[in-house]
Amino acid sequence: MADKLHFELVSPARLLMSADVDMVIVPGTEGDFGVLPLHAPVVSTLRTGIIEVHNGSDAEKLLVVGGFAEVNSEGLTILAELAKPLSEVDKAAYEAELKNLQEDVQDAKDDDGRLHAKKARDQVQLIIEVLDREAA
Amino acid sequence: MANLKDLRNRIASVTSTQKITKAMKMVSASKLKRAQDAAEAARPYAERMENVLSSLASSMKGQVGGPKLLAGTGSDQKQLIIVATSERGLCGGFNTNIVKAAKAKINALIQDGKDVTIITIGKKGAGVLKREYSDKMIEHFDLSHVKNLNFDDASPISARIIEKYEAGDFDVCTLFFAKFINVLVQEVTPLQLIPASIDEENSTDLGGACYDYEPDENEILEELLPRNVGVQLFRALLENAASEQGSRMTAMDNATRNAGEMIDSLRTTYNRSRQAVITNELIEIISGAEAL
Repeated sequence: MADKLHFELVSPARLLMSADVDMVIVPGTEGDFGVLPLHAPVVSTLRTGIIEVHNGSDAEKLLVVGGFAEVNSEGLTILAELAKPLSEVDKAAYEAELKNLQEDVQDAKDDDGRLHAKKARDQVQLIIEVLDREAA
Repeated sequence: MANLKDLRNRIASVTSTQKITKAMKMVSASKLKRAQDAAEAARPYAERMENVLSSLASSMKGQVGGPKLLAGTGSDQKQLIIVATSERGLCGGFNTNIVKAAKAKINALIQDGKDVTIITIGKKGAGVLKREYSDKMIEHFDLSHVKNLNFDDASPISARIIEKYEAGDFDVCTLFFAKFINVLVQEVTPLQLIPASIDEENSTDLGGACYDYEPDENEILEELLPRNVGVQLFRALLENAASEQGSRMTAMDNATRNAGEMIDSLRTTYNRSRQAVITNELIEIISGAEAL
């Protein structure tokens, strides 16, 4: 009987976390869902948000951008494009980047460039929104 | 016979060449370690991705009209070849091997009457291919400013490729890169990026369990497939980086050894001719003294 959930967090560059935990709350595209041991198999895409890893009385929070989660009989695997512990996230850096990107959008010479810049800007904006909500 | 001064100069120049190749060998040895670690660290993600993708793909099998990135366009007339090489030379047969394999494929495709277009990553391969296929090369990505390859460096390339695919510029895309096996062996590998090549043997056994899909299979696949292209490309570039360093290390090791041999033989010649000169002088002095 598995009383712990095996949780792995992987980014394209490396394996970020591999541990046995009690519960993980995953920000799915269709809404947050908690994964406990023996959860039914699920594949879900993720939105930009916060993963909460509960282990005993500790809860660790990680910022995650893009990716998807897979639950199977072995545990939960999250493949994220970007994942960082919330304590290491530098909000000021994102704000500076947002400002930069906003200028990029204005300076873009053609439609293609503008579209790219806008996409990047929206991404960063989303991250800041999530951080704001978390801080509140 | 070359005179003594020439020999001395040659020995000096070969010695300094040897110093350079030795230093380059050591630099690539340390870079290789890093590149290898990066390539290994990227493996779990790519493997998991493959697993999920193949289990999804096998559950989609038999359904008509899957996403284009998986099912293909139904034609293979327009072929895109991506050739990933290094930005720097002096790495043995690394670039030549990749280019050779790519060329063989390109020529075979042309013979079959397909339309071939080429995208190059890394300027070494681009230079060689330009000579023969300059009319077919549509784009070049320069990674010379990149020191440590990040996913962010690979994703714009994959985004561009997918853009081209959706615009209908090609039907099948194959990537040529050198897979890192060990320091001595790098294997040039063609990898079909689009449509995604799914190894069905690898699909995880779900143990009869049924996955819930959130949102649904199609939407997940649609998000997953472009990402898969990026991940595969990223992984290939990492492997390529490790192979490049490995190849350079062996090449430079060989060069250092060759230079050593050359120095030895030059030194022997130098000493012999120096001795000959001395003997000559002595004979001259002695015979001069005897004549008196």
